[in-house]
Amino acid sequence: MFDLDKWQEILESLKRHKLRTMLTALSVWWGIFMLIILLGAGAGLENSAKRDFSDDAENTFFIYGGVTSKEHNGLKPGRYIQFVNEDRERIKDHVPTIKYTSGRFHLWGSFVIKYKRKALSFDVRSIHPEHKYIEGTEIIEGRFINDLDIQSTRKVCLIGDLVRDELIGKGVNPLGQYVNIKGVDFMVVGLFTDAGSKYERRNIYLPVTTAQKVFSTRDNLHQILATSSSTTMEETQRVKAMIKDQLAASHEFSSDDDQAVYVYNNFEEYQDFQAFFSMLQGFLWFVGIGSILAGVIGVSNIMLIIVKDRTREIGIRKALGATPRSIILMIVWESVFLTGVSGYVGLLTGFGLIEGLSYLMEANDVDIEFFYNPSVSPTVIFCALFILIISGVLAGYFPAKKAASISAVEAMKN
Amino acid sequence: MIRINNIRKTYKTGSNELEVLKGVELSVNKGELVSIMGSSGSGKSTLLNVLGLLDEFDSGEYYLNDVSMVGLSEKQAAFYRNQFIGFVFQSFNLLPFKTAVENVALPLYYQKVDRKERLERAELFLDKVGLLNWKDHYPNEMSGGQKQRVAIARALITNPKVVLADEPTGALDSKTSEEIMNLFKEVHQSGMTMVIVTHENEIAAQTERVIRLSDGLVADDKDILIENKVNV
Repeated sequence: MFDLDKWQEILESLKRHKLRTMLTALSVWWGIFMLIILLGAGAGLENSAKRDFSDDAENTFFIYGGVTSKEHNGLKPGRYIQFVNEDRERIKDHVPTIKYTSGRFHLWGSFVIKYKRKALSFDVRSIHPEHKYIEGTEIIEGRFINDLDIQSTRKVCLIGDLVRDELIGKGVNPLGQYVNIKGVDFMVVGLFTDAGSKYERRNIYLPVTTAQKVFSTRDNLHQILATSSSTTMEETQRVKAMIKDQLAASHEFSSDDDQAVYVYNNFEEYQDFQAFFSMLQGFLWFVGIGSILAGVIGVSNIMLIIVKDRTREIGIRKALGATPRSIILMIVWESVFLTGVSGYVGLLTGFGLIEGLSYLMEANDVDIEFFYNPSVSPTVIFCALFILIISGVLAGYFPAKKAASISAVEAMKN
Repeated sequence: MIRINNIRKTYKTGSNELEVLKGVELSVNKGELVSIMGSSGSGKSTLLNVLGLLDEFDSGEYYLNDVSMVGLSEKQAAFYRNQFIGFVFQSFNLLPFKTAVENVALPLYYQKVDRKERLERAELFLDKVGLLNWKDHYPNEMSGGQKQRVAIARALITNPKVVLADEPTGALDSKTSEEIMNLFKEVHQSGMTMVIVTHENEIAAQTERVIRLSDGLVADDKDILIENKVNV
C-alpha cells in the first residue's frame, strides 16, 4: 500500500541532511554506474570476438602440416608433412559430415601488386571455389573463382573492395582490368566484400591450380579448410580424428602423432572463447559488485550515524506508541529509497552512456578492432536492480535493528 | 485505574545489583490526580517508567484499566502506550523538526489515523491548551511553557486512560509552573486520571493525593482532600 505519510517522513528526513544524503547517493550511484560500464565494455569485447567468428562458417576445420615426431613403418621422425591437392579431395570424399573444402596456397616473401603505375602490397590467397562458403565471402560484382578456372588454370583473380578502392580507384568497375602479381597479369573477374574485419577485404583470391602452376612447380597446399555439419563437441572431435586418420594414411605417419598435422576447429575455439568470456564476465561482476558493496557499506555507515543522531527521536516515537517494527521499517525504507533512487540514476546514466556510445559508433561508422556494439542486457539490469534493493534493505536493517532495540527511556536521555 | 502489587525491579550494572523498587504497592482510582514524591534515588522515576510501560519490571502485578501488563511483548507495550497512556516529560520531548500541530498529531500516526483527520484533531487539542495561533511554529520558536502545553496536547490527543507526567514543571519558572499546573487541574476536572512525579512540595500540594516513595517502597500515602477537611 502506498503510504504518503511514510514517504513524507522519509523525504523530510533526507532533506534535513542534504550533504550527507548527496554523498551517500553519490557512492551508490558510482557503484552501479561502474558495474554497468564494466559489463557494457565486456559485452563490447565479447561482441567483437563473436563478430570475428561469425565471419566464418559455423564449424570449420583449419588443417596445417607439421613435422612427424614418431617413428612409423620404418620412417624416421622429423619429416615435414606437405599437403597436396589430393589431400583435400580425400578429406572431402572420405570424412563424413564434411560439406565444403578448400586448399590455401600462399605466396611467401614480400612483393607488390601492380596496376598501371600503382604498386601496393596486399595479401594473396589461392583457393578452391568452395572457399567462398567457408569464409563467407560476399560477391559485389562479377563472380567467384569457379571449377573451370581450376581445371584450365585460368589467370583470373577476385579482389576485395578495399583493394579496388586503393589500387584501382573508388567506384571504378574493376571487372576486366588486369593486375600484376609477381610479374604475372591476372584478369579481375570479381569484386567482393566480407562481414569480418577489414583485413579480409584487403585480400586477392586466385584459383589454387593457377597459382601452383605459375608460382611453384608442384601442387602443394599450405593449408586445408573444411566445414562440417557437426553440431556437438563429441561429433566435432570424431570428425577431427577422422581427418587426421585420412592424412596419416596418405602421408604415412602414426595417427597418434600429435605434431604431424595440426587441426584447429573454430567450434572448439569458440567454446574456449566462451569460457574465456564467461570468466571475464565473472571478473567484471566481481569488480562491479565490489564497487556496489563499497557503496552499500557507505550507506550502512551513514544509516548508523543517522540512527545515532535520531536516537532521541526514536525514543520519543516509542513512548508515543511506535512499535519496533515501525522504527525498523522507517529506517529501512529510508535506506532503500536512498540506494534505490541513486542506484537507479546510476543505472540510467551507465546505460545511457553505453547505448549512446554504441549509437555514436554505429552512426559514425567507427570500427575498432576489439570493441563492437557495447550493450547491457536486460538480465544485467534486472540483476543490478535486485542487488540494489537487497543491499538497500541490508544497509538499513542492521542499524535499524540496533535503533529499535534501545529502550525508550535510554533513548530519550540522549 | 492503576493497580500494582509487590512490584520489584533491579538494575544490573556489571557485577553490581541495585534494587530500585522493592515491592511497591499502589493503586490509583479513575479520575484521581496523584503526585509521587521522593528524593532522588527513591525510585520514583523508575516507578513512573514502569507505570508508563517504558521499562520492564522483574516481578509483581500491574493492572492498567483492568488489563494485566505482565510479560508484554515490545509490540503490545507499544500498543498500550499508544492507547492507554499520555506522557508529559520534564524536557518536553517534542520533535524539533516538526511544527506544533505535527508534534501533537504524532501519536495518531501510530493509530493509523489519516493525515487530514490527524491534523484537524491536533488543532482542536492545541486550541484547548490555547496555542492554536502557534500551530505552525517549531519548538525552538516557543517558550518552555508553550512547549509543555504542546506536549500536554500531545499527551491528551489519544484520549488516554491515564496521563503520566515526569517533573512536568522541572524546567519552568514558577509563574509558568503555575500556569501548567492550572492546565493540569483543568484536564483533571474533565475526568482524566493523572499521575505526576515531582520533588516540589508546591506542586504536590496542588494534587489530591501524595504518595511518598523512599528507598524503593511506598513510605506514605496521604489523601490531601481528607486531611484538609480534618484540618478544617
